[in-house]
Amino acid sequence: MSATIDTHGHDDHDVHHHKETFVTKYIFSIDHKMIAKQYLITGTIMGVIGVLMSIMFRMQIAWPEQPNVLFEALLGKWAPDGVMDADIYLALVTIHGTIMVFFVLTAGLSGTFSNLLIPLQIGARDMASGFLNMVSYWLFFISCVIMISSLFVEAGPAAAGWTIYPPLSALPMASGGSGLGMTLWLVSMAIFIASSLLGSLNYIVTVINLRTKGMSMTRLPLTIWAFFVTAVIGVVSFPVLLSAALLLIMDRSFGTSFFLSDIFIQGEVLHYQGGSPVLFEHLFWFLGHPEVYIVILPAMGLVSEIMASNSRKPIFGYRAMIASILAIAFLSTIVWGHHMFISGMNPFLGSVFTFTTLLIAIPSAVKAFNWITTIWKGNLQMNPAMLFSIGFVSTFITGGLTGIILGDSALDINVHDTYFVIAHFHLVMGISALYGMFAGIYHWYPKMFGRMLNKNLGYLHFWITAICAYGVFFPMHFIGMAGLPRRYYTNSNFPLFDDLANANVIITIFAIIGGLAQIIYLYNFFASMFFGKKAEQNPWRSTTLEWTTPVKHIHGNWPGAIPHVYRWSYDYSKPGHDVDFVPQNVPLMEGEEELQH
Amino acid sequence: MTALLTIIIVLFVAVALWQMVKIFDLAQVGTTNSQIADDHDNKINGYLMIGFLIFIYVITILSFWYLGDLPLMSNAASEHGVEVDNLMIISMVVIFIVQTITQFLLHYFAYKYKGEKGRKALFYADNNTLEFIWTVIPVIVLAGLIIYGLFTWNDIMNIDEDEDPMVIELYAQQFNWKARYSGADNVLGKANVRLIDLDRANILGVDEDDPNAQDDVIVTELHLPVGKPVVFKMRSQDVLHSAYMPHFRAQMNCVPGMVTQFGFTPTITTADMRQNPDMVEKVKDINALRLERKAEIEESGQELVYEFDYLLLCNKICGTSHYNMQMKIIVETQEEFDAWMKEQTTFPNSLN
Repeated sequence: MSATIDTHGHDDHDVHHHKETFVTKYIFSIDHKMIAKQYLITGTIMGVIGVLMSIMFRMQIAWPEQPNVLFEALLGKWAPDGVMDADIYLALVTIHGTIMVFFVLTAGLSGTFSNLLIPLQIGARDMASGFLNMVSYWLFFISCVIMISSLFVEAGPAAAGWTIYPPLSALPMASGGSGLGMTLWLVSMAIFIASSLLGSLNYIVTVINLRTKGMSMTRLPLTIWAFFVTAVIGVVSFPVLLSAALLLIMDRSFGTSFFLSDIFIQGEVLHYQGGSPVLFEHLFWFLGHPEVYIVILPAMGLVSEIMASNSRKPIFGYRAMIASILAIAFLSTIVWGHHMFISGMNPFLGSVFTFTTLLIAIPSAVKAFNWITTIWKGNLQMNPAMLFSIGFVSTFITGGLTGIILGDSALDINVHDTYFVIAHFHLVMGISALYGMFAGIYHWYPKMFGRMLNKNLGYLHFWITAICAYGVFFPMHFIGMAGLPRRYYTNSNFPLFDDLANANVIITIFAIIGGLAQIIYLYNFFASMFFGKKAEQNPWRSTTLEWTTPVKHIHGNWPGAIPHVYRWSYDYSKPGHDVDFVPQNVPLMEGEEELQH
Repeated sequence: MTALLTIIIVLFVAVALWQMVKIFDLAQVGTTNSQIADDHDNKINGYLMIGFLIFIYVITILSFWYLGDLPLMSNAASEHGVEVDNLMIISMVVIFIVQTITQFLLHYFAYKYKGEKGRKALFYADNNTLEFIWTVIPVIVLAGLIIYGLFTWNDIMNIDEDEDPMVIELYAQQFNWKARYSGADNVLGKANVRLIDLDRANILGVDEDDPNAQDDVIVTELHLPVGKPVVFKMRSQDVLHSAYMPHFRAQMNCVPGMVTQFGFTPTITTADMRQNPDMVEKVKDINALRLERKAEIEESGQELVYEFDYLLLCNKICGTSHYNMQMKIIVETQEEFDAWMKEQTTFPNSLN
């Protein structure tokens, strides 16, 4: 490896001299690499639960009110004689959404890769505050435990949709899940938000302050840019959800009327007066929409990095990529109203939000074209990570394009809350972000565990997943355009939709196969930890700093001094060099010009 | 069914496990056990990329073939619906073109430039002209769509009071719909949930003393005269609901504590819609499918033969029976409507 580690300018961190016990190393660790692994494994477990739920409710949609052994085994009293109950259907939909959006694609994705890569790629010994980082993980862990425990509540878990609009979520008489189940949901989310904020603050401070010598902002890999901006969006928007959750708790438990007014339910008038559910929708979506970008931006960063490395080419339009990340981040905070075109808010606001929403398509299009140009005339190394990256761009385009319809208020009227929406956001942020996460795992597994993932299992995993993802979500657009509302326990009360039943069965079969394909990945993931081939220091021949650290993890990351940085992170196949990559810590040759500075 | 399903699942799990173990073993004994893609992998996956491109096109064609009649994108039954459908079709065409081209480029490049040992990639980091082109083209296309969209949106949402639309209240509760006609004065009587008196059957909480309420009519089946503008004033008594009338391209949430509104002009009577060739075919298909499930349907108490009707559906999650919250809508001629209206009981007479 040509990576020369700079030996002058020692800075004496003594972190790696501490004696470690099992507890400090594996449980209450303050090492960012260990915390990243903790996030990943917790996120994986939550992911398995979330996917299992989706398979269960997909089975109910395909074969409505049919007895099913899986339901009987897993749902207990919620599936008398193996027939799924309508309440638990809504609960499954709700918790599936919550888990996948927050616990897997926010914490599991950002938590894993921001923690792993920020210090390693900017050349820092650890996060700015290792202790806060540890607290952040353990708060996340507690929120997971509370969320899961809510599944076992007598009256059922939260069942008001992952958006928990009041009054449904506020009144136990409106829905069984709005009792203790919803309380636990709110508490879990409040803790989750605290965790997320601690993490985000840490990422921001670390990126700003702890970059190694020479690592200017315009030499940062796009991963770091993405994590940094994601953290900023999180800090801006998550507190608003926290406030919404707290106000909802007040309405539920202390009789305030922030979101409730004029309600008559089960034969009695409630005392609430003057509040508005629309206010909750505003507060929720002020986080809810940026949340979509909190989920997708890290995936974009990972994919940019992996695509460049595996194409053996610089990422195309580095500055345009940064500009588009910033543009997306800015716009993401002023488009939330497109979830509320028909909420009863002033139609003029609808016009404004249509305008801002469709603007987001511009930076998104720039990114998509830049990725495509990145692989043009490359020398593509088809590692599993690369396949998932290409898959990411594919689903991002397919899913993103239908945003043009949903963002257009006049068209949203007719497809709002139908399966068209489900298809759109699952492709553009669900599947895409998941692909980004998988790409990241396949790419940085050697960095995390010192061993390689089996590539053939990786290929199998990708191709089955890719086919099933389209098989599930592509036909859903058409079901939605036929007017089928989402969150219906069964469609059998509407003969109007009878001709969609077969498509629903096909979708469910794809979902089951796609779900099972993840077993391949899980097997690969856990088996390779112990039996995988030992990794070399820089298996993918990448330019970034994390590959200059030793394979075996040490506190402080580099045994000697922290390497200095002399160039941007995309010097792949640069003319004038013998090898097709030049690590960032290699000084410029005489007469060599740096492209980006 | 259950047994079949179980068998399928077990089978898949078994196959998956077997495959995994086998492949894992094979990979372990090979000589090139680096777990890094070599030329062979690049080649196979490059070809698979083309295969996948074809798969995307095929699934698109199949979806259009089997699900592409899109009953809710053609034959709009309201005046503004035609405009919405036009915009939808234009947007779909744009999307379709962009999707086809970009997916082709992505997957074709992935195939074309699959890695070979010894080849060097082109060092190509930047091109402002290209960036400019693919910033400006989306800007132009989107500007067109935004302008068209906003005009349509304003058209739909700004209710023209000069047209003297018929005022009807849509009232949502877990889990059914009611409609209240404003009667000859075209003004709804005041109402609030605090006035609900179940003993007197005042279920919508209408103010009995309000003179405007005296000619109001409350019904459970919505009748609309064709060609007459209507404006719906929507209320909910408990949680959020959404009044979704897909055939009319109409939807608005019903929010407790406030009155929301949506207006449109129905243009096709139920009877005419039933004669529409597209609809005749769709209904025929549905009935063929229903015949296959005869026993099941009859057991559930539904009528076996489906006949087309406009529907109002609830499209905002509202609790246990959300999936069965609907109201029939009948569009008819003014004479039929007047005749029907005469038979209805006015609000004061409906009280106990």
